[in-house]
Amino acid sequence: MATEQPEQRTWRRPTAFYNHYVKWAVYVVITVFLLWSAWNMRISVARVIEGWGAAIGLIQGMVPPEFTPFKMDLLIEGLIESLAMSVIATIVGVLLSIPVAFMSAENIAPRPVYWVGRGIITVSRSFHELIIAIIAVKAVGIGALAGVIALSYKTVGFFAKLLAEEIEDIDSGQMEATEATGANRVQTMLFGVVPQVMPRIIGLTIYRWDINIRHSTIVGIVGAGGIGATLLNSFDQYDYDFFLTIIIAIIAIVMVGELISTYIRGRIQ
Amino acid sequence: MLSVTDLQKTYPSGDEALKGVSLDVTGSETVAMIGPSGAGKSTFIRCVNRLTEPTGGSVELDGLEITGLSGKELRNARRDMGMIFQEYNLIERLTVMENVLSGRLGYVSTWDAFRRKFAGDDIERAYEVLERVGLGGHENNRADELSGGQRQRVGIARAILQRPKILLVDEPTSSLDPESSRAVMDLLTEIAAEDDIPVLINIHEVDLAEEYAGRIVGLRDGQKVFEGGPDDLDETARGQIYRGEEIPEGAGPTGKVAEAGTPGESSQEEGQIRRG
Repeated sequence: MATEQPEQRTWRRPTAFYNHYVKWAVYVVITVFLLWSAWNMRISVARVIEGWGAAIGLIQGMVPPEFTPFKMDLLIEGLIESLAMSVIATIVGVLLSIPVAFMSAENIAPRPVYWVGRGIITVSRSFHELIIAIIAVKAVGIGALAGVIALSYKTVGFFAKLLAEEIEDIDSGQMEATEATGANRVQTMLFGVVPQVMPRIIGLTIYRWDINIRHSTIVGIVGAGGIGATLLNSFDQYDYDFFLTIIIAIIAIVMVGELISTYIRGRIQ
Repeated sequence: MLSVTDLQKTYPSGDEALKGVSLDVTGSETVAMIGPSGAGKSTFIRCVNRLTEPTGGSVELDGLEITGLSGKELRNARRDMGMIFQEYNLIERLTVMENVLSGRLGYVSTWDAFRRKFAGDDIERAYEVLERVGLGGHENNRADELSGGQRQRVGIARAILQRPKILLVDEPTSSLDPESSRAVMDLLTEIAAEDDIPVLINIHEVDLAEEYAGRIVGLRDGQKVFEGGPDDLDETARGQIYRGEEIPEGAGPTGKVAEAGTPGESSQEEGQIRRG
């Protein structure tokens, strides 16, 4: 038969990289980097076994957790301080965030204001709360105030960024309609914008409170108040029984906070 | 009386949405603006209350030049112009009452607006207007619970509460079914006649325009190509508005040469007689 077979066509999935050579090169680089990292840390099998033994010793030292009245008082005092810090930091942070969010929404803020708002958010997001807590402790002294400052500061970056994105997504028709009645700028925001983002404001506040509870248990490690200080003390004094008690209490508090937050957010959807 | 002269709008991209349109709306007449999509109908209405900034020409409302105003003066001018939108543009999460009362925002302080505190007279009048548009008893419903036709009635009530000197209506029926469309148009023309408010209305549906408007203006490509009574809107005129058919040299406002009298003027006279 002289009929020519049409050449069979092949197909390869297009790659996200420039071509398949680049793709394999990238894979090789990633693998080499992983191997180098492992080698760099020199984690030997013997070291792992040795560490394992120490870990078991530590855990054995922790059980049973300690519930003596004196320690319970310490625990409750620390927890209440942590909770109070988280509540105050959330309220202060949210109140500061809302104007920043409006400043950072591209669709309503004039250009220069927008950049100032974005700048505030970026600066707030740049540092870990522990760094801010260390600075705050130096500035205002050891105690809960420093923790509140650190947590409020972090709240602004988180809350304003997410709220600004929500404001950018609003239906501008409602804003225009308000403007068309002769309302001034603030009134236009109050009627044309705020009702649209209110559920998000509530949801984000609850969510941030949930995060602040968790973080309020940690800033105490650098002296910024709350249960963290108690936690570190117990550890430094080899008081592992009490250490476990605190850990359990923190888990309980965070879980309760999460339950409350889930419930409220479910209700406002 | 609204008097628009040579209104122009050129977008930064170079698109000419309006190439010098003049139009007067007086008395309690209903003027319908028809034309194909993109002819500049919405731009025209939005330039009147300056939701869109015109690039040339003048807009006068009762002798006050609107185009030069800013800040407080512009807001005060806007209080006199009620606007009704295609997508209703109600504040969805607020109650019907709050939506209607938002028509008074130009008259309350920001702090009172924050507390949703409106004058007793305004609240009383809001109840009356709601009953008038057939929504009595719905004041505590949230706007997003209402049907399309009901929402547009809230939109009308909000505009009416402003006690406007003119109603600017942008495609009020495009999101509604034919039944609700007629109900909304009935309501609009009825209120305009009772309260003696002129209405400038953009509309897609030519049959509604013919039925409800005292005067019809045809816009094409940012230019006025037709102005006359509903009776003047014959096949030739439709062709000129919608299909861009040529308008003969020396034609009158209705796009025809040498007709007895100019219907555009006669309908204006009619409007003045009615006003008197």
